[in-house]
Amino acid sequence: MEFLVLIQVLDSALRLAVPLLFCSLAGLFSERAGIFDIGLEGKILIAAFFAAATASVSGSVWVGLFFGISASMLFSLLHGLASITFRGNQLISGVAINFLAAGLTVLIGQSWFKLGGRTPSLSGNARFSEITLPFADNVSNVPIIGPIYSELLSGHTALAYLAILMVPISWYILFRTRFGLRLRAVGENPAAVDTAGISVIQLRYLAVIICGLLCGLAGAYLATGLAAGFVKDMSAGRGFIALAALIFAKWRPWHILSATLLFGLLEAISNRFQNIEILGIILPTQLMQALPYILTVIILAGFVGKATPPLAGGVPYIKE
Amino acid sequence: MNIKNLITSAATILSLSAFSALAEPALIYDLGGKFDKSFNEMAFSGAERWKADTGGSYREIELSSEAQREQALRRFAENGNNPIVMAGFAFSTVLGEVAKDYPDTRFAVIDGYVPDQSNVLNIGFTEHTGSYLVGMMAAMKSETGTVGFIGGMDIPIISRFGCGYVQGVKAVNPDAKVIYNMTGTTPSAWNDPVKGGELTKAQVSQGADVVYHAAGGTGVGVLQAAADAGILGIGVDSNQNYMHPGSVLTSMVKRVDTGVYDSFKAGADLAGGFATLSLANGGISYAMDEHNVSLVTKAMVDAVEEAKAHIISGELKVHDYMSDNGCPVK
Repeated sequence: MEFLVLIQVLDSALRLAVPLLFCSLAGLFSERAGIFDIGLEGKILIAAFFAAATASVSGSVWVGLFFGISASMLFSLLHGLASITFRGNQLISGVAINFLAAGLTVLIGQSWFKLGGRTPSLSGNARFSEITLPFADNVSNVPIIGPIYSELLSGHTALAYLAILMVPISWYILFRTRFGLRLRAVGENPAAVDTAGISVIQLRYLAVIICGLLCGLAGAYLATGLAAGFVKDMSAGRGFIALAALIFAKWRPWHILSATLLFGLLEAISNRFQNIEILGIILPTQLMQALPYILTVIILAGFVGKATPPLAGGVPYIKE
Repeated sequence: MNIKNLITSAATILSLSAFSALAEPALIYDLGGKFDKSFNEMAFSGAERWKADTGGSYREIELSSEAQREQALRRFAENGNNPIVMAGFAFSTVLGEVAKDYPDTRFAVIDGYVPDQSNVLNIGFTEHTGSYLVGMMAAMKSETGTVGFIGGMDIPIISRFGCGYVQGVKAVNPDAKVIYNMTGTTPSAWNDPVKGGELTKAQVSQGADVVYHAAGGTGVGVLQAAADAGILGIGVDSNQNYMHPGSVLTSMVKRVDTGVYDSFKAGADLAGGFATLSLANGGISYAMDEHNVSLVTKAMVDAVEEAKAHIISGELKVHDYMSDNGCPVK
């Protein structure tokens, strides 16, 4: 493979990994606190819609970002209300959120824009523009390092850099702060946290709110960063792939980064090459598209280490 | 009012309503949704045109899941709607079953294939010929000698678009390279503009400077990415030139509305069998309007018009992918 082609594929992989990364980290916070979240997909979708719709009306991508995150947080609170306050089944609540988002986006979109649930195409300030890193143009002629810097690392939107930055931030919050310790404890043994005099309910609500915030960023990135507007069901299963990445990474932030980059790379490769020939065997593109799920099943089956979810995950806390 | 009168008037009302329902045609849209700016919306505009011309009314339904196909179809048939028009190849299997149970009802299915039922009209389009013409335009416009094709879901009818396009490109420039992508194998491939954009970027980085899509909602991302990258896109089904004026070379227009209009107009006398909308009867065309007039030269139009005349007269044969599930050129 040519070097330049490699750079282009990696560049595409990075772009495709960003929504997965945001979304996986969102799931990380929620699930580490003991709230399973099947509704990541729905939250991306509702965030994508509101980000695109308000950006198109206001002409500002930042207004879009704000409303996208707000919508996603509202859905998170709904999930919280059902599964924390009313101790409902978290999986059912998550599925409900997915359906709600799929229906609401088209319904509101149709009555708002009369474009069949689609928002108008965004342009100018209503989209995230690509940021060129300093000196990117100057070093592009330097061999090897030049293209890596100017093609691969430079030229992404602000949200993409934020996504990468969120990995160490998430790691620090979860593993180096008192809040993070309690959050993880609440997902493992909420009774112990309660005995220590800390509110389980409050901690879990905080976790789902953070989850909503990150899903909001993922949705806004999809609709106003990668694409230019909302199309119905545009999340196209990314919430589920992110969930797969979360399990694949065994609920750890740095591993999430590598898992989502791997999944992004698989998609980028299948986009670029329809059929890949390895040692005389032709691998169809469908195999590449299915690989994230296959890998997750392998991990779950325990072939490669053991994936243990947080102990109290999925169990509503009842104070005794 | 005595009982007898009451019964008679009730019977009159019943028979009246049954009669009016009988005269009412029905339209079922495919999963993409009524306002998809493309296939289904054209079907809708055909029905609206019929409504405006005749003053009649019609019933319609948008499907939200695969399971509703048969349900919706049977409900209209039970209700006495006639004819019932369906937009989309996916109705074929269901219709094959349902049409047997309602021999007096007339059905028309656009893009479908239900050959053995005398009460079903299969309305087909010669998409390969239209794709051939836009393929010629793409090859004439391309400076790099590399053009792209992005299909939606990987089904034979989309390969028919792709195969016709490749033949058109090669007819103008035998050395041209066509980068050929399908978005996916599930229905989500029709609604993934992000993936459409990524596929386009990948094609651009391989040198493509004209990209043709046959991918529904995914195509929105294709045309957007093409406009962003400063290359040209080609629209499909309806005239999409207006979406990015100056960045959409042309559109391969498929007059789904004509199919619906004609079926509605024929009413209960709709004949079964096959109807083909082609270049010859205007069912297939390429779009020229104020948005792309600066992109298309006179020489291009002349060449395409000549090919069109040859296709209509039969001198030029464009291979149809669906005739043998294969394409002679790559």
